[in-house]
Amino acid sequence: MSPKYVGQRISRTEDPRLLTGQALFVDDVNIPGMLHAAFLRSDYAHARLNSIDVSAARSRPGVIAVYTAQDMGDAWQHGPPLVIPPPTIQNMVFHTRTQVPLVKDKVRLIGEPLAVVIAESRYIAEDALEDIIADLQPLEAVGDLERALRPGAPLVHEELGSNLAAHFFQEKGNYKSARQQADLVIQKRILIDRGIAAAMENRGIVAHWDPKSQRLTLWDTTQSPIPIRNGLAGMFGLAEHQVRVIAPFVGGGFGPKIMMFYAEEMVLTWATLQIGRPIKWIEDRRENFYATTQERGQVHDAEMALTSDGRILGVRDSFLHDTGAYDPYGLTIPLNTQCHVLGPYDVPNYYAETTVVFTNRMIATPVRGAGRPQGVFVVERLLDLAARKLDMDRVEIRKRNLLPPDVFPYNNQIIDQAFAPLVLDSGNYLPLLEQAATRIGYQPFIREEQPRLRAEGKHVGIGVVMFIETTGVGPYEGARVTVEASGRISVATGVGTQGQGHFTSFAQIVADQLGVNIRDVELVTGDTAEFHWGTGTFASRGAVVAANAIHAAARAVRGKILRLASKVLEAPEEELELADGQVRVADMPEKSISLGKLAVLANPLRGAVQPGTEPGLEATDYFGPQYGATAAGAHAMILEVDPETMMVEIKRYVAVEDCGTVLNPLILDGQVHGGVALGIGNSYYEKLVFDDNGQLLNASLADYLIAAATEVPRIEVGHGYTLSPLNPLGTKGAGEAGTLPVPALFAQALEDALADHRLEVVEMPLSPNRLFELLQAAQESASGR
Amino acid sequence: MDDRHRVTVTVNGAQFQQTVEPRLLLSDFLRHDLGLTGTHVGCEHGVCGACTVLFDGQPVRSCLMFAVQADGHEITTVEGLGTMDQLHPLQEAFRDAHGLQCGFCTPGILLTLIPFLEDNPNPSELEIREAISGNLCRCTGYQHIVDAVQLAAQRTSA
Repeated sequence: MSPKYVGQRISRTEDPRLLTGQALFVDDVNIPGMLHAAFLRSDYAHARLNSIDVSAARSRPGVIAVYTAQDMGDAWQHGPPLVIPPPTIQNMVFHTRTQVPLVKDKVRLIGEPLAVVIAESRYIAEDALEDIIADLQPLEAVGDLERALRPGAPLVHEELGSNLAAHFFQEKGNYKSARQQADLVIQKRILIDRGIAAAMENRGIVAHWDPKSQRLTLWDTTQSPIPIRNGLAGMFGLAEHQVRVIAPFVGGGFGPKIMMFYAEEMVLTWATLQIGRPIKWIEDRRENFYATTQERGQVHDAEMALTSDGRILGVRDSFLHDTGAYDPYGLTIPLNTQCHVLGPYDVPNYYAETTVVFTNRMIATPVRGAGRPQGVFVVERLLDLAARKLDMDRVEIRKRNLLPPDVFPYNNQIIDQAFAPLVLDSGNYLPLLEQAATRIGYQPFIREEQPRLRAEGKHVGIGVVMFIETTGVGPYEGARVTVEASGRISVATGVGTQGQGHFTSFAQIVADQLGVNIRDVELVTGDTAEFHWGTGTFASRGAVVAANAIHAAARAVRGKILRLASKVLEAPEEELELADGQVRVADMPEKSISLGKLAVLANPLRGAVQPGTEPGLEATDYFGPQYGATAAGAHAMILEVDPETMMVEIKRYVAVEDCGTVLNPLILDGQVHGGVALGIGNSYYEKLVFDDNGQLLNASLADYLIAAATEVPRIEVGHGYTLSPLNPLGTKGAGEAGTLPVPALFAQALEDALADHRLEVVEMPLSPNRLFELLQAAQESASGR
Repeated sequence: MDDRHRVTVTVNGAQFQQTVEPRLLLSDFLRHDLGLTGTHVGCEHGVCGACTVLFDGQPVRSCLMFAVQADGHEITTVEGLGTMDQLHPLQEAFRDAHGLQCGFCTPGILLTLIPFLEDNPNPSELEIREAISGNLCRCTGYQHIVDAVQLAAQRTSA
């Protein structure tokens, strides 16, 4: 059976609804009697809550209820940890501290919720926030990672005696002895700061406890509806079947919408259980800067030991990771960082040491990339600086260190975020690097074009970097595929969707298996009433784990179709073919039956069926990979810096990706473009700026700059196709890949553009201002001042 | 608050009469009072452009206006373009060129582009990028949006 849809640039089934304003997002849910919630949030990053007086708010007309931590009684509890640290790593210190629904005694991060108002309208609810008197005694706040670990630093959790959240190390080979044999050791301090995901849709929840049916329904902008359902049921003493969580159309996820449980999820659920009416809370954009998780803050002390011909002997990376005030997400981010420092390279000796630090900042959980961009930045920077010292070409030093195609599966001997050894399942890295260099015209540029442009006084630079991405981790996903009496196919899976095109790419797989038109395949995602086994959309795993579950379920239905049709058409199964919504005997098209009719026969109203027969043409199946599939890629770009304004113009951008089997190249290109756009923001525009008191100074989209159409260049996408041997479709994830290498690429190209300044970029994100400062500093050190 | 005002607004060709608080945002009025939830709210401070609607034919940010300001005016929202079965040519081009992913910013982008394409039926890539530079999209990296606009322009002039 040759695929008709998989691999094709199919336009998306979900688009007409989205394009005409008919798609349901959480804020579009409107239920008669619905109330609206607003949260009072702390203006301090660190403070003692002495008292809170909500009496005036309660008496405001239109206010239904005002709740504080005290009002929640025994229902007030810390959120459960979402991800535990890998039990397989030895000698680990890990202190679990999880978020609270409402502050009881101490504020630990700016914007932490103190009280909630439930009112007839959001306008009234916000009015009533002004009526609340919260007596907060400010405490010294801590945001700087090194300062946080010094004796005498303000403590986020006093009972721990320090701000150390976790400490662990992993080792491959013996870095110390490798270093002794090195001709060159590059040692750098590398800083990466925080940003936000900034999905265009802020978070939102509608929680509805219906006392008559004894059912709780929650519409939630979550990436993870099933664990939300299971967790809420457990937290509030309900049976799982009493709770339905729906993640309808979600306006972008990018990681933070996988976090659970947000304070608002706990509070709204509890509040609707008290009031018995639906309650809506929609995060506003300013709240999004305070109430939604963030990422990327790390400080690395990294070194690379090399031979004089540019071969890596080993890498040592000791880094601090900012987890914010709580650590419900365990060690996913720093583990990803540790793993991605190894990159696509042959690093025989590696020592990685991580110290996770509590600060008075928002909780850190994955943002598209999830610790990987930091790891890529570290190794790529060290390679660039080594190449400079060795007077070696940047592409050449990478070529000398790439893992060859015959080493896979390649065990890197450390544990990854999925608790499994970091085994790279497959890969062919050199062609990706060569393709990127060729497409950007690396050699002609550095030989001819760049010298010519430099002679004209232009500051143009080129960069080429590589990366891997661990994707498609388990544990599993599942799906149910059903042939309906109409002949249409319905598919339900547990993962939610936030714009990835699942309605189309998953339908392509099913349509190929069942020989139907793709427009006759209807997907339901993210509704626990439709499918209630699975974990969620994260870690670039939809096209690997969910897609293979759907593939398995569709194949099982195909088997059922063939078995029944063989009886009905009185022909052996191997002579049957599925096409155009029919089962027919090959070469005898008059002997055929439509899938719809067959579905009716499979679900008779009268008569007897054979013992052991399952009714209908339906199957549920699951897929859990042995370990993750590793995607890889190489990006290249040419940029020009305006020496007056320090503004950067990206002249060309090439992204070469290898994510195995491509389900839909149109959708894949879009994923790559979007990933790169975020990477550009992470490199030159997006940075959260905090003052010494932990105040966030740029909590608006006017001050925190997201790259617009004028900042993002046209991106040329190339592909490699190394199929994953770990799943039947051969897919690898692609959702985050575009973002990973961009800061490293930006740094290299900037250094090249400003080569005469001997600029060294060892921090991200930059900005025009920051680049100006770095150039000033470079000039001052060059002139010996 | 009994300081309420009667407003008469024509939205997508239909006339609506409602009594509203003076502080009610136009975006909230459209979404919650009229049930036209295709207009999305992304920032409520006029930066992201998701809530863009046509106000007497010109793109405005409905989060920066009050409903009372719309009294006597004509508004077009995304629901006033094509239907699911009969997409507007620009909507069709967005589908064909994959100009949307999560689709949250899309209505605002469509409504920004409609008057732009009327004024400039054959725009260059740079002109398109400048035209949508006040609309933020976090999913697409804008490239397929640009492609969609070019496709729509080509089809219209063909």
